[in-house]
Amino acid sequence: MPGPAATPRFQPGDRVRVLSLNVRGHHRTPWYIQGKTGVVERLHGPYLNPESLAYGASGLPPQPLYLVRFNQSELWEDYSGPRSDKLLADVFEHWLEPASDAPAKVSTQDERSSP
Amino acid sequence: MSSHDHPHDHGSGHPGVSQDVEPGLHALRVKAIEALLVEKGVCAPGEIQRAVDAAESRSPADGAKAVARAWVDPDFKARLLLDAKAALAELGYEAAASLPDVVVAENTGKAHHLVVCTLCSCYPTWLLGRPPDWYKSLAYRSRAVSDPRGVMREFGLELDDDVEVRVLDSAADIRYLVLPMRPRGSDGLDEAALAKLVTRDSMIGVSNPLSPEPALAG
Repeated sequence: MPGPAATPRFQPGDRVRVLSLNVRGHHRTPWYIQGKTGVVERLHGPYLNPESLAYGASGLPPQPLYLVRFNQSELWEDYSGPRSDKLLADVFEHWLEPASDAPAKVSTQDERSSP
Repeated sequence: MSSHDHPHDHGSGHPGVSQDVEPGLHALRVKAIEALLVEKGVCAPGEIQRAVDAAESRSPADGAKAVARAWVDPDFKARLLLDAKAALAELGYEAAASLPDVVVAENTGKAHHLVVCTLCSCYPTWLLGRPPDWYKSLAYRSRAVSDPRGVMREFGLELDDDVEVRVLDSAADIRYLVLPMRPRGSDGLDEAALAKLVTRDSMIGVSNPLSPEPALAG
């Protein structure tokens, strides 16, 4: 499945923000993580881009795909579980930008100990 | 059983054997698409049926075999967590390159995984068979991400607050399989007996495997 290796921009542990791209048509980035900040948990490798693949195109060039970890309490205002609960979602690289160490606007107490 | 308010012909005397049933709209559409795919050379005659047969031949018992092996063989477990497709091939589950990659998420005393696909119904079908209907429901797909503990409670699983719940939204190319924790009291069981404790739901993460007692009694 993976095509020619693209050099991944992010590594596990990197803080990233999910972009709110105005993609018309098919894409694989759920709305509830758009604009949210998380941490790269895992690099899955290069995968064909579903945004062109879905319309009969080649899906090339392959995009690095990451598993990104979010704090549930930063995704849902009324999240009722413990603050340690997480949500992990697969996100393609072109939907991610580096996040600064400044905590996201909505987060109150970020439990990060070091950058 | 005895109610007769449903319309059907009692004349022929062979219930379930229908003579000239016209195919429904969807069946006709599928046949037309299949014929077109063959005609255009996209796939060979019978290829779709073989794919359907292959998918139908899988069930949660297949995933359970992998889980039981991981419980009894730490080296296999390590390989399964590192590269699931390669490890599963050791058990005879050869995954065609066209099948989605699988990542196995291990439950421990500190972290519990739950799998959902909020965008559609992505599921490790080649290991577990077809997903249950509730997995595809809008209710599960929306609530599993925003209220996972509430969903698990409805499946009978109450987790302590010091267990981190980790919801996996399989939004893209990866299919996730949960490696549940080996149940207490299962030390004396062999691999085949252990596999019987591994339920479909425990590999999705909405519940834990069965306890050994009822399985032994059964």
